[in-house]
Amino acid sequence: MVTLSVNGTTHRLDVEPDTPLLYVLRDDLALHGPKFGCGLAQCGACTVLLDGRAVRSCSIPVSRVGKAKVVTLEGLGTPQNPHPVQRAFAEEQAAQCGYCVSGMVMQTAAFLSQRRASPSDVEIRQALQANLCRCGTHQRIIAAVKRAAALMGKGA
Amino acid sequence: MAIFETTRRDFLIGTGALVVSLRLASPALGQGPGAKPVALDQVDSFLAVNKDGTVTMYTGKVDIGTGIRVALPQMVAEELDVALDRVTLVEGDTALTPDQGPTWGSLSVQVAGVQLRQAAATARRALMDMAAQRLGAPAGDLGVKDGVVFVRAEPSRRVSYAELIADRRFDLKVDKDAPLKNPKDHILVGQPAPRPDVLAKVTGAHTYAQDFRLPGMLHARVVRPPAMGATLQGVDESSIQGIKGGPRVVRQGNFLAVVATSEWAAVKAARQLKATWSTWEGLPEQSKLWEHVRSTPIAKDDVAVDRGNPKAAIASAARTLKATYDFAVHTHGSMGPSCAVADVRGDKARIWSPSQAPHWLRREVAATLQIDPAGVHIQYLDGAGCYGRNGHEDATCDAALVSKLVGKPVRVQWSREDEHGWDPKGPPTLVEITAGLDAQGNIVGWDSELWVPKADITEWPRTLAATLAGIPQTPAINPGNIHRNLDPSYPFANQKAVAHRLESTPFRPSWIRTPGRMQNTYANEVFIDECAAAASADPVEYRLRYLTDPRGIAVLRAAANLARWDARPSPRRDPQTGSIARGRGIAYVKYENARTYVAGVAEVEVNRTTGAIRCTRFTVAHDCGQIINPDGVRAQIEGNIIQTVSRTLKEELRWNRSRVTSVDWASYPILRFPEVPEVVMELINRPTEPPWGVGEPAACLPPPAISNAVFDAIGVRLRSVPFAPTKVMAALKTTTPPRA
Repeated sequence: MVTLSVNGTTHRLDVEPDTPLLYVLRDDLALHGPKFGCGLAQCGACTVLLDGRAVRSCSIPVSRVGKAKVVTLEGLGTPQNPHPVQRAFAEEQAAQCGYCVSGMVMQTAAFLSQRRASPSDVEIRQALQANLCRCGTHQRIIAAVKRAAALMGKGA
Repeated sequence: MAIFETTRRDFLIGTGALVVSLRLASPALGQGPGAKPVALDQVDSFLAVNKDGTVTMYTGKVDIGTGIRVALPQMVAEELDVALDRVTLVEGDTALTPDQGPTWGSLSVQVAGVQLRQAAATARRALMDMAAQRLGAPAGDLGVKDGVVFVRAEPSRRVSYAELIADRRFDLKVDKDAPLKNPKDHILVGQPAPRPDVLAKVTGAHTYAQDFRLPGMLHARVVRPPAMGATLQGVDESSIQGIKGGPRVVRQGNFLAVVATSEWAAVKAARQLKATWSTWEGLPEQSKLWEHVRSTPIAKDDVAVDRGNPKAAIASAARTLKATYDFAVHTHGSMGPSCAVADVRGDKARIWSPSQAPHWLRREVAATLQIDPAGVHIQYLDGAGCYGRNGHEDATCDAALVSKLVGKPVRVQWSREDEHGWDPKGPPTLVEITAGLDAQGNIVGWDSELWVPKADITEWPRTLAATLAGIPQTPAINPGNIHRNLDPSYPFANQKAVAHRLESTPFRPSWIRTPGRMQNTYANEVFIDECAAAASADPVEYRLRYLTDPRGIAVLRAAANLARWDARPSPRRDPQTGSIARGRGIAYVKYENARTYVAGVAEVEVNRTTGAIRCTRFTVAHDCGQIINPDGVRAQIEGNIIQTVSRTLKEELRWNRSRVTSVDWASYPILRFPEVPEVVMELINRPTEPPWGVGEPAACLPPPAISNAVFDAIGVRLRSVPFAPTKVMAALKTTTPPRA
C-alpha cells in the first residue's frame, strides 16, 4: 500500500511501488490532467507539482513520492474557478490540440510562483524550454504566461 | 456518443471561454427505419432544431486541434440566425454524422462548412415559409433574431424555430440554390470566437481518447518486432510470470500483444516479454537514400503541366540553371502517442478513436475484424494533434483485434517508441528542376521532375495489425496528393512538370501536413530564387515579373511590406562581421494552384562558426477568401509556420537496415521555445469570396523562405531539408562567399 497526498486529499492505494506516479494519477485516481507523452521525461506533458516544484510524473516511481504534496492540473483550478494561469491560457486561446497544455500550465505555475517580477520573453522561453509542443502554439503560450503574471499581480 | 455541448450559462470569463461537457449517452445507430439520416443530400443529416430552441448540428469532420469546433458552428449559426452558444456540435460519430470525408487537405471549412451552411440555408428558408403560414404574413415581411421569426412591421407577432419544428424532421433535400445571407449582414462569420474546448483542456476537464475508459476494460500493449519485417518465431510466456495483475499474451501470426487489468502491468509485461524474431534487413542504407529513390522502378508518370515547348526553349536559352532538392523522411510526432478503445462483440464493434477519419476507419476496422463495415460504430474523441494519418488508425485496429481475441473491451496505448518508430511516414521527396534564362535573366522555359511514391488515393495505407496478423488487405500505398503544386504558381509560357510515381518507398507512407505541396513549393520557390540571383534581380521584383493573378500579387506585396522588405538582389553584399550573419528570404504559393494564396518572409541568423540557423521572425500574408474565424486562422498560421520551421531546420527520420532508430525526442528533436520565431501576419479577408482552407497552405512557406534567407545571409544554397548545421558548414566550405 502506498499513501499519497494529491490535490489536498490523502489516498491509500494498492499499487505496485515501481508504478510511475503518472499511471497512479491517471488510472487509480482518474486525474486525466497529466498526460502520457513519452514516458522518458523528454516532453513535459505529464508535469505535476511536487511540493511546488514542476516534475515529470512519468519518471517518478510512486514509492519515491513519500510525503510530498502532489498537485495536478485539476488541483490548480476548475473550469468554474480556474487558477490565474489556467484563466490566462484560456483567454489567450493558447491551445491547439491541447495535449501538451497541462504540462505547460503546471510548468508556468511553478515558474511564476517563484517570481516577484513579470518575466521577460527570454525568461519565459527558457522556463519552458523542456516542454514540447508539436502544434506550434508557442507564441500564444508565451502571451499566456505574460497574461498570467499580470493576473497574479507580478510587478513590471 | 459524445456531444460537445455548450450553453449560455457556461460563459465564464471575459473572453467568453466556454465549458465543454462530454455527455455520454446511449448510441442511436444510424441504420434502419427511424434512425437519424446521415446522407449528404438531406438537411436532417446536418442539423436539428430542439424543443428548447437550441440547434444540434452534425459533421463527419473532427476537430484535431484546428478550431473547426467553433468555426463550423459560426457558419451554421450565422445562416440560421441563432446565437452561437445555442448551437451544439456532434462530430465524428459514424452513426450520427454524415460522411464528409477525412479531416484532411484543409477542407473542413471549405467543403464540410459549405455543406453545413447550405443545409442551414435550406432549413432557414423552410422555417421562414412555415412562419409565414403561421403568422399569416408574406415571408418577405419577416425577420429573424436568435431563432425567433417576427413580422418586421409588427414585432410582437412572432414564432420561434422551436415552435415551428422542434424535434421534428425537415424531410428536405439540401438545396444548392437556397439563398445565403449577404456577407455584409454577417455578424458571426468574420468575427473571432473562442473555441469551446480550451478552458476544459487547460483545467483537465476535457476527455481525450487517452482518458476514455470502459467498465471491465483491459489495458493492452502491442509488442513490436525488433526489425520491421521480422517474423515471430517463438514466445516465452513464462517470462512475464510474477508481474502483479496477471498479464497475458495475445497472439495472431506476427501480431503480439499483452493484456492486463492495470496499465502498468501491461507496460511491464510488454517490456519483459521474451520473444524470438527472425532477422530482417530490408530498409535501404540511409546514406544511399537518394540513389535508392532514383533507382526505384517507376509505376507511371503523372504530368502536372505541359505548356509550350520548355525543352526547346531551354535548349536555345542564353543561360541554363539546374538544381536538385531533397526533403527528408518525417514522422508526425504527435505529442501523445496514439491510443484507442475497442469493444468487439461478434460482428459488432464499438470504437472510440482519435482518428482524423472515423468514417473511413470503419473499413479498416471491418477488414481487420473480417466483419461487415455496417457493424462498426466509431466515435471520435480528441487525441494529441494529428497532422495527417499518424498512428491513430493503427492503434485503433490494434485495439479492435485484441478486443476480438480476448473478448473484452480493450484500450491500446502506444508508447513513444511505437509512435516515432511505427507511424506511417512522410516519404522521401526528390525534385529536379531545369530552367532556361534569356539574356535579361528572364525565365523562358521551366522543366521539373519529381520522384515520389505512387498513390492509391482512395485506399488506406495497410494497417500494422492486419499486416502482422496476416489478415488479407488491399496492397495499397497512399501518401496523399503529393504531386500537387509541382507545377509552379507562375504562368511561364513554356513549362513542364512530371511526377515519377515510384512502385515503392522505404517506409509505409502517409500524408503529413501539407503533403507534397510543401516539398514541391520548397523546390519551386528556392529555384525561382536561384534564377533571380542569376539575373541579379530582387527576389520580390523577379516574382512579380511573372505573376499575373491579382490576389497572388496582393499577398506577395503584403508580405514584403509587412516584413519591411529590403529590395535588392541576394545575397546581401554589405559586410557582416562576427560569426552571425543575417538574411531575409521570401516564398509565395497559390495552394494547389487552385485556392488559398500565401506569401511569407523568413528572417534568419546563421552562425558561420557552427552552421546553426535560427529563424528569428516569420511574416505571412494570407488570403483564404472569406474568413470565418480570424482568431482561428491566426492560430493555424502560427502552427503551420512554427511546426514547419521545426521540420525545415531539425527533423529527419533515422534508421538502420532493420528499423527506425530515431524513436524519441532526443533522437528526433523538434523546435523548442528558445528557437521559435516570432510569427507576424496580415490576413486579407474577402467576405464575398468562398471560404478556403487554412490548416495547410502557410506550411509551404518556411522551407523555401528559410533557404532563400540563408542564401541572402551567407551566399550558400541549401537544397536538402533539414538544413542541419553540418550541411551549412559543408556548403560554406565549397561556396565562395560574396564579396562586398
